[in-house]
Amino acid sequence: MAEGILVFIEQRNGQIRKASLEALSEAYRQISTVGGNVTALIVGKDVKTLAGNLPKYHPHKVLVADSADFEKYSTEGYAAALVEGIKSVSPKYVFAANTNMAKDLIPRVAARHDAPCVSDVTEFEIDGNNLQPKRPQYSGKAYTVYEFNSDLAFMTLRPNVFAVQESSNNVNCPIEDLAVSVGEVRAKVTETHASEGNKIELSEASIVVAGGRGIKGPENWPVLQNLCDSLGAALGASRAVVDAGWIDHQHQVGQTGKTVSPQLYIACGISGAIQHLAGMNSSKVIVAINNNPDAEIFKHATYGIVGDCLEVVPKLTEEIKKLNAN
Amino acid sequence: MKIAVCVKAVPDTDAKIAIAGDKKNIDFAGVRIITSPYDEFAIEEALKLKEKHGGETTVFSVGGAEATDVLRDSLARGIDTAVHIQDEEFANLGPLGTAKVLAAAIKDGGFDAIFCGQQGVGGDNNQVPAMLAELLNLPQATIIVKLEIDGTKFKAEREIEGAHEFIEGSLPAVFSTQKGLNEPRYPSIKGVMAARRKEIAVKNAEALGIKGKFAAENRKIKVKEMMLPKERPVGRKLDGDVDAQVKQLLDLLRTEARVI
Ligand SMILES: Cc1cc2nc3c(=O)[nH]c(=O)nc-3n(C[C@H](O)[C@H](O)[C@H](O)COP(=O)(O)OP(=O)(O)OC[C@H]3O[C@@H](n4cnc5c(N)ncnc54)[C@H](O)[C@@H]3O)c2cc1C
Ligand SMILES: Nc1ncnc2c1ncn2[C@@H]1O[C@H](COP(=O)(O)O)[C@@H](O)[C@H]1O
Repeated sequence: MAEGILVFIEQRNGQIRKASLEALSEAYRQISTVGGNVTALIVGKDVKTLAGNLPKYHPHKVLVADSADFEKYSTEGYAAALVEGIKSVSPKYVFAANTNMAKDLIPRVAARHDAPCVSDVTEFEIDGNNLQPKRPQYSGKAYTVYEFNSDLAFMTLRPNVFAVQESSNNVNCPIEDLAVSVGEVRAKVTETHASEGNKIELSEASIVVAGGRGIKGPENWPVLQNLCDSLGAALGASRAVVDAGWIDHQHQVGQTGKTVSPQLYIACGISGAIQHLAGMNSSKVIVAINNNPDAEIFKHATYGIVGDCLEVVPKLTEEIKKLNAN
Repeated sequence: MKIAVCVKAVPDTDAKIAIAGDKKNIDFAGVRIITSPYDEFAIEEALKLKEKHGGETTVFSVGGAEATDVLRDSLARGIDTAVHIQDEEFANLGPLGTAKVLAAAIKDGGFDAIFCGQQGVGGDNNQVPAMLAELLNLPQATIIVKLEIDGTKFKAEREIEGAHEFIEGSLPAVFSTQKGLNEPRYPSIKGVMAARRKEIAVKNAEALGIKGKFAAENRKIKVKEMMLPKERPVGRKLDGDVDAQVKQLLDLLRTEARVI
C-alpha cells in the first residue's frame, strides 16, 4: 500500500511560493492520519540553496531536481521531474498549490498515472487513513466532498486557506538530489515578463481592496492604490471596470476572473453581482463601501459603510497611515 | 489546418444553485444551460485560424441532451461540424474520465490544434486540457492569452501569477484559452438558421470503442456529498457621519475581526 504525501514546491526566480509552503504545512498536519512520510520536491536550476529553506516546514525529506533543463518551465520537463519524484517515494497523495503552474502540470501527471485529481481544495474530511478533499464548485455556490478509490491521488490546495506552520528551531532533514532524464520537450517557456500592476499576487494577498464602477473612472485608481499601499493590499476590480478598459484583466475578481480568499476584502463601489461574489465570498471579513444602501453587496458584507467611496477611502487611508505611524 | 474544439455545457453563471435530492449533484431543474464562457474563446480562436490558414473545424462535447444546444451554438458561430459524445456510461464523469472520452473521439482525427477553455465554469476543475494533452501524447500551452501559428510551430503567451510566460512549441498541440485571447463573435441570425439545419453526429461508447470502460463502479473517484456553503453571518452597517464610520470600522477591524 502506498503511503505518505509528496508535495510539489513551486519556485520562480529564486523564490518559493508561499502557497507551496501552505501545502507543505498542511501535508505535515495530515501525515499522522495518512501514514508514511512527507517529502518535498523542488524543481529548478540552482535551487539547492532554496531547498535548504524547506526543512523548517517539517518534511521528512527534500528532493531536489536541479538541472539546466529546469531553468525555464516546460510542462514536459517538470512533469518528468514530478514523475521521477513519485517513483522515488511512492506516495499515496501528491499535493501542490493551486496556481497556474499547477493547473498546467498536475492534471497532466495525474493522467499519466491514471490517477484522479481534485483541484482547489479548501478543507479535508478524514475517513480512516484516507483524505476526502472538499472544494468549492460553481464558484463557491456549492461545495463537493470526494472519496478516492485509488492508490494514488493528486490534489491542489487553494492559496491562502491553509496556514503556514514553520518551526523556529533548527530542523534537519535529508536533502537529496533527484536525477531526472527529461526526454523530448515539444513546448517550452522561452521568456517570462513580469506584468505591471500588483506587487502582491491577488490570489495570495491577505488583504484585497477592489474597485467597481462606483469609483467613477480610471483616474481614481490612485485613491484605491493609496489604501492598498497603506495596508499592504493587492488591488482587485469588478468585471464591469475591466470590460470598460479601466484596468487590466489580471485584476478581475469573480467567476471569470480570480478567486481570492483574503483575511480582508474591501469592496469599493461594487454592486455585488453573483459572478463577483463568487470570486470573493470566502474572504474572512468583507467590508463594503457603496452609496446605495440597498446594494446587494451589503447582504454579504461583514461591515458596511453607506457613502461615496471617493470620500470614504481617502479618510480610511489617512486613519490607517496614522495607525502605521504609531 | 484541422482544428478541434472541446466545449462544455454548463449552468448559466447567474443560476441559483440548489443541491439534488441524492446530494451528489446540483439540481438542474429550471437551470439555463450555456456554452462555458471560456470555451467561447476556444471557438473564436479556431474560427480565426481557419480564416487565416484555411481548413476545417470540428466541435466536440461530452454530455447529455443539454449539450445539443451548446453544439448548435458553436455551429451558429461558424464551426463546420459537431460531434455529440453521449452515453449513459458517461454520466457524471470526472475530469479524467471526460479527458479519456474526448481523447478517444479526437485521437484519429488528424487534428493540428485542439482548443479547450481553461476552465469549465461550474465544475471549475481546470484539468481536462492538460489531461487530454497527456492522453493524446501532445505538447500543450494552457491559459493562453495570445497565439501565433507558423507552419508546424506555435508561439503562445500564457498568464501566470504576476507575469506572462512566452511559450514556443510544435504542432499538433492542445491549447486552453483565457479571456484576453480574442473577442468572441456572436452567432449571426444567418448562422443560427443554418445551424438548425445541420446534423450533429452522435457517438456513444461503442462507436468510440470504449464500451464498459467508464462504469460508475470502477471509477477511482466519486462524489461523496455536495452541499451549499455555510451562510455568512449577517453583517452590519455602520452609522454616524463618514468620520465616525471610518473610525468605527478601523476599531472593528482591529479588535473584533483582528484582520489588521
Ligand atoms: C458570464 C459572466 C461572467 C461574469 N464574470 C464576472 C466576474 O468574474 N467578476 C465580476 O465582477 N463580474 C462578472 N460579471 C459581471 C457582473 O454580472 C456585474 O455586471 C459586475 O460585477 C458589475 O460590476 P460593478 O459592481 O463594478 O458595477 P455596477 O453593478 O454598475 O455597480 C456599481 C456600484 O457602485 C455603486 N456606486 C456608484 N457610485 C458610487 C460612489 N460614488 N461611491 C460608492 N458606491 C458607488 C452603485 O450603487 C453600484 O452598487 C460576469 C457576468 C457574466 C454574464
Ligand atoms: N464534457 C465536456 N465535453 C467537452 N469538453 C469538455 C468537457 N468538460 C471539459 N471540457 C473542456 O475542458 C475545458 C476545461 O474544463 P474543466 O477541466 O472541467 O475545468 C473546458 O473549457 C472544455 O473545453
